[in-house]
Amino acid sequence: MTIYGTALLAACHILGIVLGELLGRALGVKTNVGGVGIAMLLLIAARYHGHTRGWLAAKSEDGVNYWAALYIPVVIAMAMQQNVLKAISGGPMALLAAVLTVAACTLCISVINRREVIGSHDESPNATRS
Amino acid sequence: MDTLLQKIATDNGLILSFAVIGLVVLCSGYISRWLTMGRIQGSAIAILIGLALAYVGGRMTGGSKGLADVTYFSGIALMGGNMLRDFAIVATAFEVHPAEAKRAGGIGAIALLIGTVLPFVIGVSVAWAFGYRDAVSLTTIGAGAITYIVGPVTGTAIGATPEVITLSIAAGVFKAILVMVMTPMLANFMRLKTPRSAMVFGGLAGTVSGVSAGLAATDRKLVPYGALVATFHTGIGCLLAPSVLYFVVRALV
Repeated sequence: MTIYGTALLAACHILGIVLGELLGRALGVKTNVGGVGIAMLLLIAARYHGHTRGWLAAKSEDGVNYWAALYIPVVIAMAMQQNVLKAISGGPMALLAAVLTVAACTLCISVINRREVIGSHDESPNATRS
Repeated sequence: MDTLLQKIATDNGLILSFAVIGLVVLCSGYISRWLTMGRIQGSAIAILIGLALAYVGGRMTGGSKGLADVTYFSGIALMGGNMLRDFAIVATAFEVHPAEAKRAGGIGAIALLIGTVLPFVIGVSVAWAFGYRDAVSLTTIGAGAITYIVGPVTGTAIGATPEVITLSIAAGVFKAILVMVMTPMLANFMRLKTPRSAMVFGGLAGTVSGVSAGLAATDRKLVPYGALVATFHTGIGCLLAPSVLYFVVRALV
């Protein structure tokens, strides 16, 4: 049943959010700490368990895959409701802070990722195959 | 007639937004194929169109939610809101290869830490260059450079003025938009090809919205890896900015 997959996804989502909220409380922060990330880890674990124990039917997986396929449309809808006007009205300081941040992070990412190719010959063929 | 259409549009907001987004994706696909000869991905164009429409919506209504503030398109707020966005992100975890994620976990965590401290330092420096000298304002603007949620959370916690908080949100929103737009263009430079590289990207580029849209426009397969790390970004920022980072700034000024 397709709904089983969606229900599993929803359960992981809610449980992750709850755990993220508790983690935030424990750390004394007013926000959720990694709730969505925890939910993803739970779903990865559930899928692994379901495959090895054989309780996850292909039909049930459709209930998750549909939502994964809707990911890009949802992101487009998210882009449509960004507060672009406010960003622009923030003036030169906000723009400069953002541009410099993105530039510095881009450089950092580039440096770290270039080391992956040079530093680990055994990993790269694996990575490209998947 | 107009009120009738408006009623139908608002009563079926989510359904209408499925149709609208479908149309935007269709148009983007044509633009990608025929105008750029496939050089720019359809989803990158769709996100750009989305941002342009958000600007138009903001201009029309003066609201804060872009196109979603226009009565006819209020359903966009639900479809692109945090609930469904996070739900779709979690769903992509189904495509994660646990071994890949495990191997890159360490470097992802390091990237996450650099991705919190580096933007903060730059934000503080820019604020300093623009004449801010008090630790509270400097910290708040620095926090805004982490993500647009960390900025106001930190500002509220340490007692910043509303103007400074607004500035910090603006810096964060700008950053998210820049990441969305620039990622596909800079993907080669950043060597964004493997799950590990996506996790580094997720940690350093920060902001779930920027990372999720940036990766969607670059390579859909990399999305879950980047998102897995990026979703910790706001939490870590809210943890470090009002505490450790604030104390450091206060000790320095």
